[in-house]
Amino acid sequence: MKRILAAVAATLLCASGGAAFAPPGVDQALVESDAMPPKLSAFGLFRGNDPGQPSTGVAYTLRAPLFSDYTEKHRFIAIPAGKKARVGSDGVIDFPVGTVLVKSFGWNDVGGGRPVETRLLIHRASGWVALPYIWDADGKDATLALGGRRVPVTFKSPDGETHSIRYAVPNKNQCKECHSLNGEIVPIGPKARNFILDPAASDAVRARYFENPAALKPTMPIWDDPKAGSVADRARAYLDVNCAHCHNPAGSASNSGLFLRWTDDPGGVNYGIGKRPTAAGRGSGGMDFAIAPGDPAHSFMIYRLESIDPGIAMPEVGRSTVHKEGAALLRQWIAEMPRGASN
Amino acid sequence: MRFNGFHAAALGVLAVLGASPAAAKTISVSATTPDANEKLQEALILAEPGDIVQLGAGVWTLTDGLSLDVAGVTVRGAGAGEGGSILDFTGQQGAGEGLLVTSDDVLLTNFAVLNTKGDGIKSKGADRIVYHQLRVEWTAGPKETNGAYGIYPVESTDVLVDSVYVRGASDAGIYVGQSKNIIVRDSIATENVAGIEIENSYNADVHDNIATKNTGGILVFDLPSLPMQGGHNVRVFENIVNDNSTPNFAPKGNIVASVPTGTGVLVMANRNVEIFDNVFADNGTANVMIVGYRYEHKDPNYQPLPRAIVVRGNQHGKAGYAPKFPGGDMIAAAMGGAIPPVLWDGSGDAVVLDKVGVLSLNLPDVKTPQSEAKPAPADLSKGTPPAALPAITLPESMEAKVK
Repeated sequence: MKRILAAVAATLLCASGGAAFAPPGVDQALVESDAMPPKLSAFGLFRGNDPGQPSTGVAYTLRAPLFSDYTEKHRFIAIPAGKKARVGSDGVIDFPVGTVLVKSFGWNDVGGGRPVETRLLIHRASGWVALPYIWDADGKDATLALGGRRVPVTFKSPDGETHSIRYAVPNKNQCKECHSLNGEIVPIGPKARNFILDPAASDAVRARYFENPAALKPTMPIWDDPKAGSVADRARAYLDVNCAHCHNPAGSASNSGLFLRWTDDPGGVNYGIGKRPTAAGRGSGGMDFAIAPGDPAHSFMIYRLESIDPGIAMPEVGRSTVHKEGAALLRQWIAEMPRGASN
Repeated sequence: MRFNGFHAAALGVLAVLGASPAAAKTISVSATTPDANEKLQEALILAEPGDIVQLGAGVWTLTDGLSLDVAGVTVRGAGAGEGGSILDFTGQQGAGEGLLVTSDDVLLTNFAVLNTKGDGIKSKGADRIVYHQLRVEWTAGPKETNGAYGIYPVESTDVLVDSVYVRGASDAGIYVGQSKNIIVRDSIATENVAGIEIENSYNADVHDNIATKNTGGILVFDLPSLPMQGGHNVRVFENIVNDNSTPNFAPKGNIVASVPTGTGVLVMANRNVEIFDNVFADNGTANVMIVGYRYEHKDPNYQPLPRAIVVRGNQHGKAGYAPKFPGGDMIAAAMGGAIPPVLWDGSGDAVVLDKVGVLSLNLPDVKTPQSEAKPAPADLSKGTPPAALPAITLPESMEAKVK
């Protein structure tokens, strides 16, 4: 992460220092075309095509990130010159056409920490487009993988356990399954409530990328910092980011009636409290309720989070390992609910 | 333009051309191409409206679910039986279904989907979808570890399921949920928990199907706390609904886990459902069951009673000889070994014009526990049936696809 921040800082320094050393930048015409170039390098998003050196943009992190098999994610936003993002009154960030959200996924102990894949979310005149690129074996470029791919990797999770999995790079449609609102692609993570712009970014940089940077006030707690919020609030932040992109009335799981946004009523049946399974199949695990207050062992939300069987596991895409720490937080949250709270 | 055994370079060229307009084309993909899973998925992504994605004959060994998000595409195989295009998901590692369709005006025809870990084929928000001559099957037969739904359109307007075969679903073989304007016809559902289920939906015709050897043959349900509810206007007619005798193998907790083995047609908490001109036989619990939603719920907008249910003109073979609801065996014994072929919990209202007996459990309030049932014969033939429902018509563009 530090490396990226340094690189971004250097880039900005460069840009402000004068045009003479302006790096070869983003091919904005390509970004805004309908093309799906077979090589990531075509966009010019990285200097020397080094995934650690964005050629433009500003880095960001999230208070609660989507779990993706313990990958480290490096994110930045590229916004074309003369344009800015705007934070709406509802906290949704409106990015101008020409914006690219760049997210690289990897593990520190796999391939020397180089990313395995880089996903682009590009805002074109026709809407957002999601493109997945997998880094080539020689690490010099990444290749478009519209159909997705499984990549065998072995890594250690933070608790020291070794995992050997066939990591799933999502296909273009799967990108949309998560990034879907009313059938259109939208960004998930960058909402004011969850968004941390690079703390090293100066006020000038913030003002370069945002019309109203003061509106970037995150309200969700950092999900895994006990000092940042109550167990319930951190669990809700976790659910918002890991589930609510589908589990909202306009998302891919709208028909489930299970809605898990930060803004949803956490006491309601539609939040899972005393909610019977809908179209869950084996996902019910023989249990009656998504959340049985006080009883995580009989809450099939936990059962689904702790499974990697595709007929059971939630989320349905993007996960081949169990997120033990996330599941533990939700277990604690449910265990601390008064029993019978649904009645 | 043929994709058969194409190379990455060719794909790259196509990818750059991207959305440039082109005449409708057929994209053929072979089952034996290396990385067939990825290549087929790429074809489904690169298809443009009007295109046909042609699945080669043979067994496709697939590890990841497929998806289609382009409107107006046809996915066509070489057949749903042996020697056809068989999408085998026995080794599936990811995705909640075998094939997911999220675009409008799609035709799926002439292929099979086997042994998915979750649902077979799901379409969501896919208006005017046509499922035609497909087979979705869990080949080991009824098992709790089978996926939930075989054919699963949801949140769609104008749905046609025509001439499909579904076997082994641990929930419903053909399940239409939260949709409007639906026809399910000429299909076979066997050895599923529910053969065919219409749930939280409006305006459906279910006709000329065979529902046999399921736990329950045809279900018309409405459930609370869902975005679309208030199911109504469903016609179930001219079906063969027989020998639905497979012990319930649904994972507990799911609503269909409560369906008694031996159920023919089950209506729960809908209004204006017509059940007519069907052939019923050998359903050990009942040929027709009409009940309210008797679980606790907290949805003030939910209507738990069956209302304006009409049963007429059906042929009733043997039924009621092995009623699998609590206390059913005792009632049957008291009635000489079998209960009447129509079973009503006593809630809501129904008109039964068939010349067969009706057993009421006399539980008009759905909050009353079933243990307080006072079973007794009931005469439901005196009521006046509401005006007959009109037939469902689908857009001509859909019917043209199956002609």
